[in-house]
Amino acid sequence: MTVTSTPPVAPGRNPQLRARRLPVVAPVGIAVAAVAVAAVLVHGTGIGGAALVVALAVLLHLVGLYAASSAVEGRRRARDRTWSALIHSASVLALLPLASVVWTLVSNGLDRMDRNFFLTSMNNIGARDPHGGAYHAIVGTLEQVGIATLITVPVGIACAIYVVEYGRGGLAQLIRFFVDVMTGIPSIVAGLFVLAFWILIVSPYLNDGRPGYSGFAASLALSVLMLPTIVRSTEEMLRLVPASLREGAYALGVARWKTILRIVLPTAAPGIVTGVMLAVARAAGETAPVLLVAGGGAAINLNPFENNQSSLALFVYQQAGDASRYAPARAWAAALTLVALVLVLTITAKLLARRNRFGR
Amino acid sequence: MGDIPHRSADAGTGGPHVTPGHARSAGAALSVDPPVTPLDRTPDGAGGHTDDLDPGGGALGGGALPRRRALDAERVFQGFTMAAGMAVLGVIVAIAIFLVARAVPALNANTANFFTYQGWLPNESEPRFGIGALAFGTLLTSFLALLMAVPVALGVALYLSHYAPRRVGTVLGFLVDLLAAVPSVVFGLWGRDYLYGPVRDLSVWLNTHLGWIPIFGGDGPFGRSILLGSLVLAIMVLPIITSLSREVFLQTPTANEEAALALGATRWEMIRIAVLPYGRPGIIGATMLGLGRALGETIALAMTLGIVSTISINIIENGGNTVAANIANAFGEANDVGRGALIASGLVLFAITLVVNMTARAIIHRRREFTETAA
Repeated sequence: MTVTSTPPVAPGRNPQLRARRLPVVAPVGIAVAAVAVAAVLVHGTGIGGAALVVALAVLLHLVGLYAASSAVEGRRRARDRTWSALIHSASVLALLPLASVVWTLVSNGLDRMDRNFFLTSMNNIGARDPHGGAYHAIVGTLEQVGIATLITVPVGIACAIYVVEYGRGGLAQLIRFFVDVMTGIPSIVAGLFVLAFWILIVSPYLNDGRPGYSGFAASLALSVLMLPTIVRSTEEMLRLVPASLREGAYALGVARWKTILRIVLPTAAPGIVTGVMLAVARAAGETAPVLLVAGGGAAINLNPFENNQSSLALFVYQQAGDASRYAPARAWAAALTLVALVLVLTITAKLLARRNRFGR
Repeated sequence: MGDIPHRSADAGTGGPHVTPGHARSAGAALSVDPPVTPLDRTPDGAGGHTDDLDPGGGALGGGALPRRRALDAERVFQGFTMAAGMAVLGVIVAIAIFLVARAVPALNANTANFFTYQGWLPNESEPRFGIGALAFGTLLTSFLALLMAVPVALGVALYLSHYAPRRVGTVLGFLVDLLAAVPSVVFGLWGRDYLYGPVRDLSVWLNTHLGWIPIFGGDGPFGRSILLGSLVLAIMVLPIITSLSREVFLQTPTANEEAALALGATRWEMIRIAVLPYGRPGIIGATMLGLGRALGETIALAMTLGIVSTISINIIENGGNTVAANIANAFGEANDVGRGALIASGLVLFAITLVVNMTARAIIHRRREFTETAA
């Protein structure tokens, strides 16, 4: 029990255990120096403006940080610092467009957020008329998305039930695969499909031999887009229902279909509602299919089964392309309305999903 | 949709094993048919096992069970769900059939080569149209968009999963998901009215100082270009790639990460040796899904591109067109042949996205538990 060797250095100053670190102020100092050098370089040569200074300063900061850190702390720490800086700047870069979109939406959209905008249509609104509103478009969006939801929810949930509860083997696998494929169908292709099928082939029979645009056709196109989303999310939720619930029901002699309708679906209901709301939010923002099959239109048309109908997204697109100098204000106001609608749906859906998580 | 973060969050080390096990136990419960036990069956006949839905077998075996009445409803319900499943198959097949049926007459009327001709004049008395320039524009904008979006998206995903404090990560992840919900027409409007100015200035600067590179050449006008279109596109696919890759990064087994750190790895080394290899199929799959979205994007590009149907590798001069943007722009003036021509181009787009998406799914399906949460 005797001490055979003494520590080589005094306690508390052991170079083996504690590597040298760059002082905390060093990155800040390098940043300041990088901005200064970049400004001098850019203005000295006169090849650019403030944007170039920022870009060059970021680059110089990365290089300087790497050099300083690798001199003091070694290459591994230096690489760690550089990647960390890159990852942080990527996050800032990703937030810039979001901030810009939100800012321009609010600052431009609020100009026309008045009674007139929500209570009138574009009927008889000339190029020099500063009024005009999106009433017809809001009605169109609500009706089209509503009908699409009515079509998709039963079919989507039933399809998910088949895949999860009944489907065994090949057919269920095939359906799962095609649902995945369907998720990737571009919205414009869904629009073209309804154009080729409903507008050009079916609607002449309902419309005295002439092909007719209608809001219902837009609902069909939106259904094609919503269906895979709803099937996927419902499928996820059904798989999360504990097997013991089903087994309990079976043990009591409850038939399988009743178990699904009374036990499994109610348990999964909040999650299914979340998925449906996200699908509705996505459908409400679609422009391309509505453009192809609903035809647009300036007047209020409450009947989705006959004649042209507009939608909010299509209204934004049409006003953006309009030559009138009052059109941009209308486009931005409609865009703000649309984003508000979509975000309310999305945020509600996400909060609902979060509440479920805590409840479970 | 990638909005069930809790499963991946507490997946931890056991993550990959939990989901298949759970799925199998749910399926196992289904494959057992509780009311009919093997004991009831054996006296009836040897082959009775397969047709447990047969009313006669049920009556012989367990007449007292309330099973016979339920049988019809059971069949109806199962038939209904199966019909709904078949409807999905039907829709896909119908899309292919109807698009082909409308496209063929227009293609027959075409007097130019559909695959090589660089113009879109289907409404003339001698229709001439070709997909060449449009397909080129589609691929070029999507490629540039991914080139810009993927590195940033991976950076954000790594920040959200491994760098950010928990609270910041949650809020920022929520914001990125909201970015995904913004409709494309809004991005188009924003890109046309606000991003246009900076992009034009950048283009002029690039042209002045780097004009000797062919992609930055030309003599204007600049701005409404491939560059503007792909920037808007990049912003639109960014949230998709970010949220999908964040899901995979969060699923990295904690044991692997801790083992790397315990061996003295720095945080970046831990990410490089534990997180990135584990997440690679997920990253590739997410990129392919982003590509699928970029290829099909319509309105944002119809509003930001210069709409010129020629093949040019110059990315800063006014110009550029894509299959989808061309459909939106040319649809208004299209006559019967014109519509058929647009439908033919839509068919090409459908085929391209189908291939891309199937490849993406095939890559992701290798990692089953990832698909369960993220797709």
